[in-house]
Amino acid sequence: MKVSLKWLSEYVAIKLTPQELAERLTMAGIEVQGVQTVGGWEKMLVGEVIEVNPHPDADRLKLATVNLGTQQLTVVCGAPNIAVGQRVPFARVGAQLIDGHTGEMLTLKPAKIRGILSEGMVCSEKELGISDSHEGIMVLPSEAPVGVPLSEYLGDTIFDLDVTPNRPDCLCLMGIAREVAALTGEEVHLPEIDYQEEEQSIDSLISVDITAPELCPRYCASLVTGIAISSSPVWLQQRLKSYGMRPINNVVDITNYVMLEYGQPLHAFNYHKLGGHKIIVRRAKNGETITTLDEVGRTLNKDILVIADGEKPVAIAGIMGGLESEVTDETTAILLESANFDQATIRRGARHFQLPSEASVRFEKRLSRELPLVALKRATRLFHELAHGKVVEGVVDVYPGKVKPEEILISNEEVKRLSGLDLSIDEIVRVLTSLGFECQRTNIPSQALVFSPYWRSDINCAADLVEEVIRIIGYDKIPTTMLSSTLPEREPGPRLELREKIREIMVGLGFQEVLTYSLTSLERLRKLSIELEHEALKVANPMTREQEYLRPNLRAGLLAALASNQKLEPDGIRLFEIGKVFLPRGDELPQEREMLCALLSGPKSSLSWRGEKGEFDFFDAKGVTENLLRGLGLIAEFKPGSDQNLSPAESAEIISDGDRIGVLGILHPRVTQTFEIDGAVCLIEIDIEKLFIKPSGQKRYTPIYRFPAVSRDIALIVDEQTSYRQVESIIKSFPLVTEVTLFDFYTGEQIPQGKKSFAIRIVYQSPEHTLIDEEVNQIQQEMLDKLSQELGGSLRS
Amino acid sequence: MTLPTKAVLQQLEQIQKQASEELEKINDPKELQLWKVRYLGRKSRLTQVLRSLATLPLEERRKVGVRGNEVKNILESSLAEREKILEEARIASSLKYKKLDVTLPGQPLSVGRLHPITQTLEEICDIFKGMGFQVIEGPDVEWDYYNFEALNIPQEHPARDMFATLWVDAEVEGGKARLLRTHTSPVQIRLMEEKRPPIRVVVPGRCYRYEATDATHESMFYQVEGLAIDKNITMADLKGTLFEFCRCLFGEERKIRFRCDYFPFVEPGAEVAIECLACHGAGCRVCNYTGWVEILGAGMVHPDVLRRGGIDPQVYSGFAFGMGVERMPMLRYGIDDIRLFYGNDLRFLKQF
Repeated sequence: MKVSLKWLSEYVAIKLTPQELAERLTMAGIEVQGVQTVGGWEKMLVGEVIEVNPHPDADRLKLATVNLGTQQLTVVCGAPNIAVGQRVPFARVGAQLIDGHTGEMLTLKPAKIRGILSEGMVCSEKELGISDSHEGIMVLPSEAPVGVPLSEYLGDTIFDLDVTPNRPDCLCLMGIAREVAALTGEEVHLPEIDYQEEEQSIDSLISVDITAPELCPRYCASLVTGIAISSSPVWLQQRLKSYGMRPINNVVDITNYVMLEYGQPLHAFNYHKLGGHKIIVRRAKNGETITTLDEVGRTLNKDILVIADGEKPVAIAGIMGGLESEVTDETTAILLESANFDQATIRRGARHFQLPSEASVRFEKRLSRELPLVALKRATRLFHELAHGKVVEGVVDVYPGKVKPEEILISNEEVKRLSGLDLSIDEIVRVLTSLGFECQRTNIPSQALVFSPYWRSDINCAADLVEEVIRIIGYDKIPTTMLSSTLPEREPGPRLELREKIREIMVGLGFQEVLTYSLTSLERLRKLSIELEHEALKVANPMTREQEYLRPNLRAGLLAALASNQKLEPDGIRLFEIGKVFLPRGDELPQEREMLCALLSGPKSSLSWRGEKGEFDFFDAKGVTENLLRGLGLIAEFKPGSDQNLSPAESAEIISDGDRIGVLGILHPRVTQTFEIDGAVCLIEIDIEKLFIKPSGQKRYTPIYRFPAVSRDIALIVDEQTSYRQVESIIKSFPLVTEVTLFDFYTGEQIPQGKKSFAIRIVYQSPEHTLIDEEVNQIQQEMLDKLSQELGGSLRS
Repeated sequence: MTLPTKAVLQQLEQIQKQASEELEKINDPKELQLWKVRYLGRKSRLTQVLRSLATLPLEERRKVGVRGNEVKNILESSLAEREKILEEARIASSLKYKKLDVTLPGQPLSVGRLHPITQTLEEICDIFKGMGFQVIEGPDVEWDYYNFEALNIPQEHPARDMFATLWVDAEVEGGKARLLRTHTSPVQIRLMEEKRPPIRVVVPGRCYRYEATDATHESMFYQVEGLAIDKNITMADLKGTLFEFCRCLFGEERKIRFRCDYFPFVEPGAEVAIECLACHGAGCRVCNYTGWVEILGAGMVHPDVLRRGGIDPQVYSGFAFGMGVERMPMLRYGIDDIRLFYGNDLRFLKQF
């Protein structure tokens, strides 16, 4: 919200510099986001137009003589609205102003216009940089002092305030004035609200009935007759304009002015257009219609609150008035409405009609129910003062929603308990009083009973009062201490520890971590499988199609990341992500499972003069998986897999303790293609949730043997169908075998068809003695016999 | 002195002379070995000479024996010296041969890195762990109740405007609608429902907003929530904790501002800002010309929220805070576009 300090100073004395004031307000909870200075005009004065004559050589130009107090100057002027008697901003030669056509800054020089020398200029708002208006010269209020520097008269500082949703009372000048007063120890000067009343009573002229009191806690109205509709005074128009409001006529302008002053939206009806001279505040009937001020016909329903006369709706309450009862130039009597409406109803209604208005945005906040009468009186006074209206005696005040003001106990112990600030109850009472709270001391010396001022609907408990006290005292006065209370019991966090460990290992293995969006597109899911659509939870109001489904796997995002990087990255890519996937469970919250997904693709080593050649393949991925699981202390085995996104020839399931914990393999060429990836991609996917419950995740120390090891190499020929795992498990079943390493694998010409050859190094070691050859020979012979019997294996000759 | 004795002594002189002359000329380790066999081996002339002493009279045998051993020692030490010379020459020549072009590039190794957000999260959590906070987590998809209602943000509350929400259930009324959590604060309620004070936790996690993305807005972002509840916890403790956190993360010198702010689930509420890292408080585009950058919201847990969590606000008090995570690396590294974090361009990620 914007606040003019010049206007604000009518309600409270401002003795601080704008910067100091901005700082105080910000610290106290009303953030000043911007400070704009209006003015700084050099060589510009308030002038008075004393003569206007036609230009001898140009129809559209005029010669205007302007009185500047000490001298008079005649200048050429093209503005259509210039007239004798006006007070105007006058720029002398040398003044800096904005070119009305180009928008650029220029320095005013003496100029000959159609043969006549012009030494100065009467300026438009645009030329002064006040607004974009350039249709004519700016006309100043008639009381503007002639000859005074323009900066002095028109200069101002505008604060741009960020008012938090709990402080609707600060969405107006009075609210800010109260804050400034409390923060600087000044008094608030209340605007005049008194006026003279006519004899006739309002009750005989209008009746107000609220049939939906739950939606309209209060409805106040006054009646003003004998109004002369005209434009409002220039000063008032200027103020509205500085708030971005278009001046319309004195009646509408006054309602807007009071809204800016007090934050209470008001609406003026043409009294003579109110059928039956009745106001009924009711829910609309389904299908009922109204044409609103913007000349749009609108269909209503029972969730919309309307102001109706004896026959039909005349306004959508709190949102927009009806066209028929609009105040026009012919209007002579107005019924002024100042009411309080249910905020939710206004909020929904404004959204329903897509009509966020100055009024509705205010009603959506929690406005005070005491405010309507105050604002009504202020506006009525201005009607009397500025529009020469005659005010009918009395006001209508229907107040079904009156609530007893709440009383809250505050004590210096409570202030200290929450804030850590030790303040006396006197100090607390002083601060609260400065904010308009009414404080009564109780018979307990450290306590006071507090009643909120009518404008503060946000104060409901002692904690609210504590904030009020310390924000005025200053948050910078709060001491800084460290938590000194008991430490909570330490609880194990296996999930986080495991995740951290996995990250550490993956990074150690050369993988780059990525984080991809939790939300993904249908298109991307379909690249993996047409069925995934039904396995993913959909967002009801997605921002874009790209982010519509909660990911049911990590693959899709990671593959997309790989694809987008592949074109830019000459070397091999290793990516991984640890994150949640979301699996729907009916109407319940989805299951959120933590997964690991890793991808390897491209050359194994970076391009280098001594680099290793070759691309990542299945066994690189398997090596990564083995290293990872070993690092976690898990024992795993691998079985041929059948994941539909992986190549059937090169995929495996990862099994640990009999449970499938993940998959690995080469991406199916079809998937590689749909993701537009070049070359083979190795994928590893592990369900981290399953790792938490694995008993093998416990590391144990095994002693290091002191006695020397003996190693033997064998070349074993077996049938092609025989898996290495079968061979290895037979070898490992023998005593003293401590290590088995496959160091070559061969199929081809040099061995019989249908056979393959494993070259295996077997290490033997005894914890108790130095092995002798005979001992090893004997074990190995038994081993070869068993390999031969069970697998038909033979040594390669 | 007998004649044979003289002859033996002459022989010894001759052996020494001949051996020394030969040794001088040897440059090859293999020849050196042959020389050793020839002059010091079991079958060498010197050994033979020394063995032949037995035939001499006792008196002269001693004399010759002493001389014989002298010659042997001289030859052995000459040999050692020659070996040393040859070894040094070998090393010198091998080093000459091995001289590298040290300007050739080194072997590139593939280095993995953590995502900058992960690094930041770890850093933040570590600071709070040091202050006795434990790390816990909560679900990304939440009930309206936990995300809003229990946090004093009922339907139609104006504060809902602060949280543009992505809904899973658009039509469900009341707290039973599912949504993507807009902040990590729902974990406060979940935790209070389960645990009794003392509570001291931080909660990292993903949050979501219905928001068009641009350089400073993301529809997905990380937050770290903090919650401490016990008897006698005050705003001063909150201030101390957060100031300590800022000092750890942004350094001792960085100015910190602690001001009043509003969040529906805390009262009194506060906001912490630090002096802008880009302009050091002078005012620039990064700080919107204010000199300050907001980094977190905080406050004393609202009594209604405590009550909903089953904790008596008359007995216990506590503070909560929540911070956006992306902001920290953006400020620290001068990253000007938040979208880079989840765009996963390796050229970006490799910089951290």
